[in-house]
Amino acid sequence: MKPNEISVPKEKLVFASSEGRLHDKELVTKPISYFRDAWNRFKKNKASIAAAIVIAILGLYAIIAPIVSPYSVSYKDPYYVFTAPKIFGGTRNKSGNEATFLADYAISVETKRDVIVNNKYKSYVTEDAYKKKVKMYDYKIDTYYNVGVVYMNLTVDQYKDIQAYQDANDVQIIYPWTDMNKNKVQYGEIPPQVVTDGNIWYQLKMSNGKPVADVTYDSEGKPIYTDIYAPYSDKDGYTSKMRIEGEGNYQYSYATPVQNGNAYKVRIDYYNYYRYIHADERIDKPFFLFGTTNSGQDIFTCLASGARFSFILAITVASVNMFVGALYGAIEGYYGGKIDIIMERIVEILNAVPFMIVITLLKYHMEGTSHVLILFIAFFLTGWIGMAGRTRMQFYRFKNQEYVLAARTLGAKDARIMFKHIFPNSLGTLITSSVLVIPSMIFSETSLSYLGIINLNSGSLTSVGTLLANGQPYLVTYPHIILFPSIYICLLMLSFNLFGNGLRDAFNPSLRGAED
Amino acid sequence: MYMFKYILKRLGLMIMTFLIIFLISFVLIKLLPIVVNVTIGQDKEIIEATLRARGYYDPIPVQLVNYIKRIFHGDFGVGVNLPEYRNKPVWDVFVEKLPPTVLINVYSTLFSVPLGIALGIFAALKKNRWQDHLISTGVMIFISVPSIVTAFLVQYIFCFKLNWFPLMMNSGFDYFSGSMFRSMMPAVIAMSFGSICGYARFTRAELTEVLTSDFMLLARTKGLTRGQATLHHALKNAMVPIFPSIVGEFVSVLSGSLIIEKIFSIPGVGGLYLDSINYQDYDFFMMLSCFYILIGLAASIVIDLSYGFIDPRIRMGAK
Repeated sequence: MKPNEISVPKEKLVFASSEGRLHDKELVTKPISYFRDAWNRFKKNKASIAAAIVIAILGLYAIIAPIVSPYSVSYKDPYYVFTAPKIFGGTRNKSGNEATFLADYAISVETKRDVIVNNKYKSYVTEDAYKKKVKMYDYKIDTYYNVGVVYMNLTVDQYKDIQAYQDANDVQIIYPWTDMNKNKVQYGEIPPQVVTDGNIWYQLKMSNGKPVADVTYDSEGKPIYTDIYAPYSDKDGYTSKMRIEGEGNYQYSYATPVQNGNAYKVRIDYYNYYRYIHADERIDKPFFLFGTTNSGQDIFTCLASGARFSFILAITVASVNMFVGALYGAIEGYYGGKIDIIMERIVEILNAVPFMIVITLLKYHMEGTSHVLILFIAFFLTGWIGMAGRTRMQFYRFKNQEYVLAARTLGAKDARIMFKHIFPNSLGTLITSSVLVIPSMIFSETSLSYLGIINLNSGSLTSVGTLLANGQPYLVTYPHIILFPSIYICLLMLSFNLFGNGLRDAFNPSLRGAED
Repeated sequence: MYMFKYILKRLGLMIMTFLIIFLISFVLIKLLPIVVNVTIGQDKEIIEATLRARGYYDPIPVQLVNYIKRIFHGDFGVGVNLPEYRNKPVWDVFVEKLPPTVLINVYSTLFSVPLGIALGIFAALKKNRWQDHLISTGVMIFISVPSIVTAFLVQYIFCFKLNWFPLMMNSGFDYFSGSMFRSMMPAVIAMSFGSICGYARFTRAELTEVLTSDFMLLARTKGLTRGQATLHHALKNAMVPIFPSIVGEFVSVLSGSLIIEKIFSIPGVGGLYLDSINYQDYDFFMMLSCFYILIGLAASIVIDLSYGFIDPRIRMGAK
C-alpha cells in the first residue's frame, strides 16, 4: 500500500446530501467588541505596556509609601538635615583641610562608628588663596554618623530614662562632659567651637585664628586625640553602668546640672539618642531612603505624599472635565448652527484667558480658602475646553451618517441619538485625550507650586513643586534633594505620554504616528 | 480680496475677545480690596492719599473709563506694592524688563529652528533606520521631560560641573556684551530643548508624508537625483505647515517662560509678573495680563493667517 493512499471502507461511504439540506456552519468565534479590539492592538505596543507598568509602580509608590514609611510629611529632624540618600549608601564625598578632617575623625574615634567611610582618606598638599601651603584631605563621609554628639538640655526624668535605656540595651547615649577649661589652661582661651559644638571633645590649638586640632599620629597614620573630659563629680546624677573609663580607672563626669538642678545639660550621641527616642515607633535607626531636605524632612515620604496629591488631582479633574467637556461638546456638535456659534465663542474667550490669571484672581478672591480647593476650581473652570472641542469635532463627523438618520427616522429622541448612537463612537478619542491631558495637568500643578503661586505645603501635605523649589538653592551642594522629585516627574510625564500615544494608536489605528 | 476680508474678520473677532476678557479681568481685579504694604520709612496714609487722588477708590465704572482714557496717553498706572517700583510708571518698568525676555526667546528660536528642522529632515530621510529610531526616542524623552527638570540639568551640568556658564544671568543693561550673552546661554539652552524636539517631530512627520507622495515619484522618474528631488520638491512642500508653527511658536514664547526666568533669575517680564502676583500690585498685574492675553491671541491669528500666505490654495475659513 502506498503511503498517500487512503482506504475507506465501503459501508462508510455515504452521500452527504442524502438527508435534509446543507447548512453553513455556525460561527464559533466570539464577536470582538470595540474595546477588545483596542486592547488587542494595545497589547502589541511594548513601549505603552512598559509605560503602563511604570505608571502603576508610581501609583503604588504614591499610595503605599506614606503608609509604609515610619516618617510623616510634618516630621522634621533638627540634626538630620541634608542627609544623603540611603539608596546610594548614605555617604557623601568631602574635601577639607586638616582641622575639618580631624574634627570628622574625632567623631568616629569617640562614637566608634565609621564617620569616615572605611577609614580611608587621601591627603595632599595644595596652595590656598593666599598662596600658602595647606594640607587637604579627600574622604567619604557617612552622613548618618557625622552628626556625632550634640549638646542637649534634659529634664531629670528624661535623663533618668535615658540612663535606664542605656543599661537595658547596652548602648552609650550620654558621653562624658567636657571641661572647657582644659583648653583654657593650655592655650589661654576657650575656643568658641568648644562651647557650641558637642563634637569637640579633644584639645584644640588656635593658630592664625584657625582651629587646628592638637593631635599626634600613630605609626599607622591614625590621629591620637587627647580628651578634655571633665573629672568625676557626684553632682552629675549619672548612675548608669555605661561608663567610659579613663586611664587607671579614672572616672569622668557626665552632665552639668542647670536650672538649679531641675535639668541637666548633657552631651548626647545623636545616632543612639535617635534610636532611643523613636524606640516605640517603627523606626529602628535613622534610615532615609531618598535622603532628607534642608529642613530635615524625609524625601521618600514627602515625594510620595506630593505624588499622591498629583494623582488624585489629575484623575479627579480629568474625569470631571471629561464629563463636562463631553456634554458641552455634544450639545455644540449635535445642534450646530446658532447654538454652536454662541457656545464656541464662550469657549474661545475662556480659552484665551491665561491660566495664570484665572488662578491669581481665584486666589485673591477666595482669600483664606485652602489652596487645594482653589487649584481644583481653577482646573475645573478651564480644563474641559479641550475635551469639548474634541467631542464637537467627533459629533460633526458622525451626526450626518446614515445610521444616525436611521435612528432619527425610527423616532429616537435627541438625547438617545447623542449618547446612545454617536457618543460611543467618540469614546476612544475622549479617553485618549483625557489620559494625554493628565501629564500636562500634573506639570502645571508642579509649576504653580514651584513658582509659589499656589502653596500646598501645609501640615501633612506637600507637593512635588514645593520640594523642587525648596531644593533649588542647594542644587550644587546637595543635588539629591532635587534628584528624586525630578526623576519622579520625568518618569511620570514620559510614561503618561507613551501610554496615551499607545491608547490613541489602539483606539484609532488610522491616526498612528500622527501628531496631536 | 477674500484674504483681506478674512483677516479683517479674524482681527475683529480677536479685538472683541480681548475686550471681553479685559473687561472681566478689570472688574474682577477692581473688586479686590486695595492692598498697601509699606516698608519702614514709608507712610501708608500718603500712599493711600496718592491712590485716592488717582481715583482708585472711585466706583468701578468710573475707574474703567479713567483707565481706558489713561491708556491712550500711555499711562497704565503706577506701582504700589512692589518695593523696587513704588510710584514708578508701570509702562516704563515693563519696557525696561522686556529686552531680556525677548532676547532670550530670539536666541532660543535662532538656536532651535535650524537644529530642530535639520534633525527632523535627517530622521525623515533615514526613516525606520537606527538614526531615525535614535532621534525619535530622544525627541520623545525630551518632549516629556518638563522644563523645570531640563533647566536644573542644564544648570547642574553646564554651569556647575563643566563650568561653562555662570549659574545666574548677569545684572545690568548691556544686553549685547559678550559676558551677558554667555550668562544668557543656560536659559537659552534650557528653553531650546523642548522647541528643538517639537520642530524635529513636526518636520519628520510632515516630510515623511511628502516623501511618499506621487509627485516625488514623478520627480525621480523624470531624472532628478534623490537630493535634488528632496531639496526642491519635498522640503518646499513640507515647509508649508512647518513655517506657521515657527511663527506661532515665536510669538507665543515672546511672553517667556515663567519657570525658566525664575530658575535662571532673569530680570524679565515673567519675573515681574510673578512679583506683581505675590505683592498684589494690581496695576502691574492688569497690564501684564493684557500683554499675555494679546500675545496668545496674536499667536493663534498669525498661525492661522500664515497658512494662507504661504500656500494660497488653503483658503482659511472657507466652507
